[in-house]
Amino acid sequence: MSATTETRAMPIAEGRRRSGLLGRLPLHLFVIGLMVIWLIPTIGLFVNSFRTPTDATSSGWWTALFPPEAFSIENYAYVIQRNGIANAFLNSLLITIPATVVPIMVAAFAAYAFAWMRFPGRYLLFIAVVGLLVVPLQTTFIPIQKLYAGFGLNGQLAAVWLAHTGYGLPFAIYLLRNFMAELPREVFESADIDGAGWASKFFRLALPMTIPAIAALAIFQFLFTWNDLLVAIIYIGANTDNQPMTIVVANLTQSIGGGWQYLAAAAFLTMAVPLLVFLALQRYFVRGLTGGAVKG
Amino acid sequence: MQSTRSRSTILAALGSAAMIVAACTSPSTSSGPGPTTVVGPTTAPGQTQAAGGDDISGETVTIIGTWGGDEETAFHEMVKPWEDETGATVKYTGTRDLNIILSNGIQSGVLPDLAGLPGPGQMKEYAEAGALVDLTSVLDTATYESETAPALVELGKVDGKIVGVFIKSAVKGLIWYNPTVNDFSGSAPATWDELKAAITANASKAKSGWCLGVESGAASGWPGTDWIEDIVLRQAGPDVYNSWWQGQTKWTDPAIKSAWETFGTVVADSFGGGTGINATNFEVAGDPLFAAEPGCLVFHQASFITGLGAFKTKTAGTDYNFFPFPDINTQFTGAVEGAGDLFGMFHDTPATRSLMKYLVTAKAQDVWVKHGGALSANKNATSYPDDISKRSAELITNAKIFAFDASDLMPQEMNAAFWKGVVDYVADPSKLDSILKDLDDTQASAYAE
Amino acid sequence: MDPRLVNAIVVVIGVPATLVGYILLVEQILRALPSRMQPRIRPWFWMLPALAFLGVFLVYPTIQTIIRSFQNRAGNAFIGFDNYAWFFGNAGQISTLVNSLLWVVLLPTLTVGLGLLIAVIVDRVRYESVAKSVIFMPLAISATAAGVIWFFMYLWQPPGEPQIGTLNGALDTVGAGPFDFRATDDFKFNTIMLVIVMAWMWTGFAMVIISAAYKGISRELLEAARVDGAGEWQVFKGIVWPLLMPTMAVITTTMIITALKAFDLIYVMTGGQFDTSVIAFEMYRQVGFNQLGRSAAVAVILLIAIVPVMLFNIRNFRAQEAIR
Repeated sequence: MSATTETRAMPIAEGRRRSGLLGRLPLHLFVIGLMVIWLIPTIGLFVNSFRTPTDATSSGWWTALFPPEAFSIENYAYVIQRNGIANAFLNSLLITIPATVVPIMVAAFAAYAFAWMRFPGRYLLFIAVVGLLVVPLQTTFIPIQKLYAGFGLNGQLAAVWLAHTGYGLPFAIYLLRNFMAELPREVFESADIDGAGWASKFFRLALPMTIPAIAALAIFQFLFTWNDLLVAIIYIGANTDNQPMTIVVANLTQSIGGGWQYLAAAAFLTMAVPLLVFLALQRYFVRGLTGGAVKG
Repeated sequence: MQSTRSRSTILAALGSAAMIVAACTSPSTSSGPGPTTVVGPTTAPGQTQAAGGDDISGETVTIIGTWGGDEETAFHEMVKPWEDETGATVKYTGTRDLNIILSNGIQSGVLPDLAGLPGPGQMKEYAEAGALVDLTSVLDTATYESETAPALVELGKVDGKIVGVFIKSAVKGLIWYNPTVNDFSGSAPATWDELKAAITANASKAKSGWCLGVESGAASGWPGTDWIEDIVLRQAGPDVYNSWWQGQTKWTDPAIKSAWETFGTVVADSFGGGTGINATNFEVAGDPLFAAEPGCLVFHQASFITGLGAFKTKTAGTDYNFFPFPDINTQFTGAVEGAGDLFGMFHDTPATRSLMKYLVTAKAQDVWVKHGGALSANKNATSYPDDISKRSAELITNAKIFAFDASDLMPQEMNAAFWKGVVDYVADPSKLDSILKDLDDTQASAYAE
Repeated sequence: MDPRLVNAIVVVIGVPATLVGYILLVEQILRALPSRMQPRIRPWFWMLPALAFLGVFLVYPTIQTIIRSFQNRAGNAFIGFDNYAWFFGNAGQISTLVNSLLWVVLLPTLTVGLGLLIAVIVDRVRYESVAKSVIFMPLAISATAAGVIWFFMYLWQPPGEPQIGTLNGALDTVGAGPFDFRATDDFKFNTIMLVIVMAWMWTGFAMVIISAAYKGISRELLEAARVDGAGEWQVFKGIVWPLLMPTMAVITTTMIITALKAFDLIYVMTGGQFDTSVIAFEMYRQVGFNQLGRSAAVAVILLIAIVPVMLFNIRNFRAQEAIR
């Protein structure tokens, strides 16, 4: 997939690449240095997640890299053997997938309207949407719980993803409108000449050309929902059948403290999924995909 | 215990913001928020009303508490016999966000059947909102009152009704030491002066006299509040102690100020100094006791420390031991400070009644006690795994003067200011006067309704 | 099969299908209307699903918060601007305002600056996707786990003791430190340390979106400029920068709002102590104190704080429409 696109992109980069390995050394040093800096904090905890808590709090993680090594997978085993962890994993997916797909679609419609339809009040409305980005989620819980009660939604998976759809929309609309607004007018004008309707222009032109933004948004929304604890615990509560990973993981630590090592192990186990999503969607960030969608 | 409550309350701050909204949703809010909704079962799907009598087989009881990890395991063990006997099941969720879930729930009507309660203050609020079920008719009251430490029974009452019970408790202000460094067990210091003398006499055995660490995330400072409470209780006595947490004795009062100054002498002789105290997490603060070159001789912390840090991996009695906080003013001999986890009931069904009744019995309490890491409020639960737990439990049951953790009893705003005061004082003890002045200002507003 | 799985499939396929169906239906209906009316009605139909969600989940609760901010603690009487007067008349609160300002300046600068730099630089190496994954990774970690990670970065031990914290361990090898990163509030040092943790998490986000825009810039255009003899810096300044501007504006806005809402990390790492509290954290604290009126007022101050950002966006909006 990305391999083929890269080969296509190659000839241009090729010229520069040939300009000498020596000349590009600082570039490589910079990129690799940056990666190391970015990785160190995580590596530290990763190493510590294989040590006993007493070891981890009595000597630096780097000392564990030298003999005598005393690694154990006990923390991971503890997390994996938790009751209901598999079910929680499924629940996390069942919440996260609709909570990613639905807001992006709904936002794309609205973003399209904001970007390409002229109507009175659009400035004000758009600004109101941007303003909603700053609303603290905590102020919304009680009215929504009350509303849900009328539909018997509290404790259900839908309660969570519906809420995430609402909470995710301001950013989704904002980002997509700004990308869509940058699409070249000529493309739409030629479609108009062909007699295409608004729906056809949206599905055939606007949407495909906004793919990189949609991919970025999908990654972001997926992460946000995947790592969310507060919203889930409010709307799912004690209905243990429907609890996502985050709630089960939070349960690993004791009320009086202690248990960070399980939290660390769980963090490394659960971050695999969002990273896979990132890697899968990353192929939409390659050069040339938008094919001159952005004016220039 | 302090940490439980402190953390959950502050964590609660996370979201009880919801109350903002709630409060305006029902304009006549001051009186009862929707008690109608509070009664109905909520998140228990397969719940069918028992056909009559007490056949609760197949029913589900939903519970939310703060316990996680080992505590959660212990709780499950504790309810297992009840599940086996009745055929009903318990769905338990542990969360640090207890406060937010409950305060939200009180407003929206979405509540678990039973729940841990963040603290006596919140319990009172929930009870006044009509959300908590009066347990007087649920429990076998006579047995409950005879088996349970009277002070704890009282703390669970609002307007004479029992609305909360203590599922587990802890004793505060134990002084821990490593017998292989210096064994205090032969002649445990009975007074503060004896303790000071013992520390001075053995100063060469460790880098400093005390271990102390007050870092605890959002609740940083609370271990210091326990210190000051212990001192106030024994230096100024229970009357001052009570009027202090009730907001009647000022922070600048000489009795309180002198407690801070006594605490200051400990800070001055603590491993790592002021920076160290503020940077060290309470869980591992006692670990230098066990270092090859011991960091300290003694360490002050509640009974639950045995389940944390290096204590967890050491053997009770041989690696560590404790003596109770010594008397300061002999007039108040036998004073003990304790804390505990409250539990309340939101839905009145045959299954919840049956479970609640079971939980306070010595039989149920014994299960958790045997598991370790917790003390019971029930005198007849005595299956403690080691001598150390047994002795700490006896401290509560035999206390001449029992005081509940003062900061837990204070309004949350006061409590948080107290934590901050401790952190600021540890960082710079010369600022004591301005710290106490600020606390007085908070006191003036925090208690106002 | 698990009934929830069936539900999920229905949701994942059914809901989008319904939404697509809705748009097609709307266009059918609009076609039946007089063509003069269509442009006026069409946008509202396209926006209806979004507006419905926003109305229920965000607008309605916000209105209630605004009302609550003018009420007393118990919520049974209106007290005018007292809650706001409390906020602005309190030295502790003013300090949180200063901290928030620092966050709002530093976080977007760091994330957008580094994000841009990385997006453009890694485009030139073969291991681009690896490098980007590494920078992006922290975002996949929850705030709680990030708190644990940086706890071990910033950990402090008394001088003379073995340093366990990564940074103090490194300082120790060169004979410096130990340094208390969490509690040193001279020159807002610890607040800056917290912003750095946040930047570590969010730079990947800025990078991903900037990179998406950067990849969208026509290669032919850049190559043509190079053929004309423009140096890399000139290409960047003359072509890349202006073309990335709209995207950078979006990311900057997002990061400013993220900075204003920053709460989790402060909560986990310092609990607002050592003078590190910010407005969003203060809002939560006041709720914990059962000071709902004050908390609502702080929430409203948060809302007002983004007015300048919104004005900037309106200019952007107009400019974009004007160019086309």
